[in-house]
Amino acid sequence: MIEAVGLTKRYGKTLAVDNLSFTVPTGRVTGFLGPNGAGKSTTMRMILGLDAPTGGSALIDGKHYRDLHQPLRTVGALLDAKWVHPNRSARAHLQWMAKSNKINPKRVDEVLDIVGLTSVANKRAGGFSLGMSQRLGIAAALLGDPQVLLFDEPVNGLDPEGILWIRKFMHRLAEEGRTVFVSSHLLSEMALTAQELVVIGRGKLISQTSTEDFVAQATENTVRVRSPHLSALRTALGRTGVSLRDEGDSLVVTGMDCAEIGELAASTGAVLHELSPQRGSLEEAFMQLTGDSVEYHAGLAETIDLVAAGK
Amino acid sequence: MTLLAVERIKLFTTRSPWWCTLIALGVTVGFAALMAGTAEADVPMTVSASQFGYGFGLVVVMVMAALAVTTEYRFSTIRATFQAIPNRSAALLAKTVVVALLAGVIGLLAAFGSWGVATMMTPDVDLAINTAFEWRAVAGVGLVYAIAAVVAVAVGILVRHSAGAISLLLIYTNLVENLVTLIPTVGPKIHQWLPFNLAHHFLTGNPDPTGRPDQFGPGLSDATVGPWPAVAIFAGFGLLMLLISLVVANRRDA
Repeated sequence: MIEAVGLTKRYGKTLAVDNLSFTVPTGRVTGFLGPNGAGKSTTMRMILGLDAPTGGSALIDGKHYRDLHQPLRTVGALLDAKWVHPNRSARAHLQWMAKSNKINPKRVDEVLDIVGLTSVANKRAGGFSLGMSQRLGIAAALLGDPQVLLFDEPVNGLDPEGILWIRKFMHRLAEEGRTVFVSSHLLSEMALTAQELVVIGRGKLISQTSTEDFVAQATENTVRVRSPHLSALRTALGRTGVSLRDEGDSLVVTGMDCAEIGELAASTGAVLHELSPQRGSLEEAFMQLTGDSVEYHAGLAETIDLVAAGK
Repeated sequence: MTLLAVERIKLFTTRSPWWCTLIALGVTVGFAALMAGTAEADVPMTVSASQFGYGFGLVVVMVMAALAVTTEYRFSTIRATFQAIPNRSAALLAKTVVVALLAGVIGLLAAFGSWGVATMMTPDVDLAINTAFEWRAVAGVGLVYAIAAVVAVAVGILVRHSAGAISLLLIYTNLVENLVTLIPTVGPKIHQWLPFNLAHHFLTGNPDPTGRPDQFGPGLSDATVGPWPAVAIFAGFGLLMLLISLVVANRRDA
């Protein structure tokens, strides 16, 4: 379990992480969601003891990272796939890491096999593609067979095949009873990968819930109704206390599903020309929640386009 | 011991230490060959003169030592290191020890290699290493390289950028110490206490009266302390720099 209590990081005048408190439960994939620049990587570096918090603390199973004995056996992390010397082979990179935590050298070949890098183990890591580097980073994270795993934007820049592989892999790790904490700025990706969500914007906690609840709560469920008997229908709907909105020649109903509206229309004898559920996209929901806290505004519409394009 | 093994793996699984070793040996031994080749009856070869090129090797060794740290910052493997070994002082000390040991070995190979080449090329001259001075002049190179490597590692930790650290080291050792002598009155007084001048004094100070005249060997240092106190001060300087760099590395975000 990872626990952040009042975690704060200040760089000069900017507050990168602001009094952030959350817990990452065991046996689940927890997504760490926020727009670029929200403070996700800084938070992860503080959890790993690389950056010192200005205030508060981050604990792993109740301990500071610094106080862990042979930390790679407790926490595996992939913060950046490029943290490898380009002239060192993949195997040599894992070898020194294994040695540092007295991990059996045989484990190096095991993890290389798990991530599918056995055939290029002796090649220099500088020549690896992004996908291969990412796999090497995951191999390094798995080296000590840790109970807690942290991944920072692991699918960034990967092709669909690589994304699918990582997604399945995270699920498997959680099923094995591990704590998996994975950051992303893409809600659509997190909706598929994570069961729990910690959402932040501008360094502040926005919400911590299950992914399901977050999506349900965030996406407004509305139904569009078109009818030649709109005024009668409006009166009938108005009595139920749902909220109504006119949109051209149609009515947008919030707080009632299609079946209920259809039944109500039948009982009032109103003919329906259209009865269609409108589901807000995940991206819109995300923007709705974090919209006010995007660090670098590019104009909302452009931002939605960027997010939707997966950039 | 584990940490030393870690740093040994890290150092020898990249190419720069191998290249630096070869270059360091090449320039020192090559220079000894040049000295021996140009030696004549009135400019005889001496043990001390065979070590004329040690300064060139010293530069290469310091570049190697600084790179051993700055490349870790350059490629962020220092973060991976601190992630695996959260005790930063222990991790960096282990690195310093491994790099200093390699530098010492390079120094010994360079010194005895230079001496060996000189011996082979001038067989009629007696180049046997007999006196304390001669031992210091040859074996002492190992010690000086090791301490210089500690200084370079410390500068590497402080500066973090390869180009910056190397420029600083080269400018200091090649220019700054000598330029200090140009300051009126106090210049020479300061110069005799500067670290690399003291290291040079350790290797060349208190020469044998039997040796050839000063102008045929490496120039003499103006330091007035004895050779051993001189190298002790040089080592103290290295340790001080290392201590400062460790304090800074612990306080800084990785």
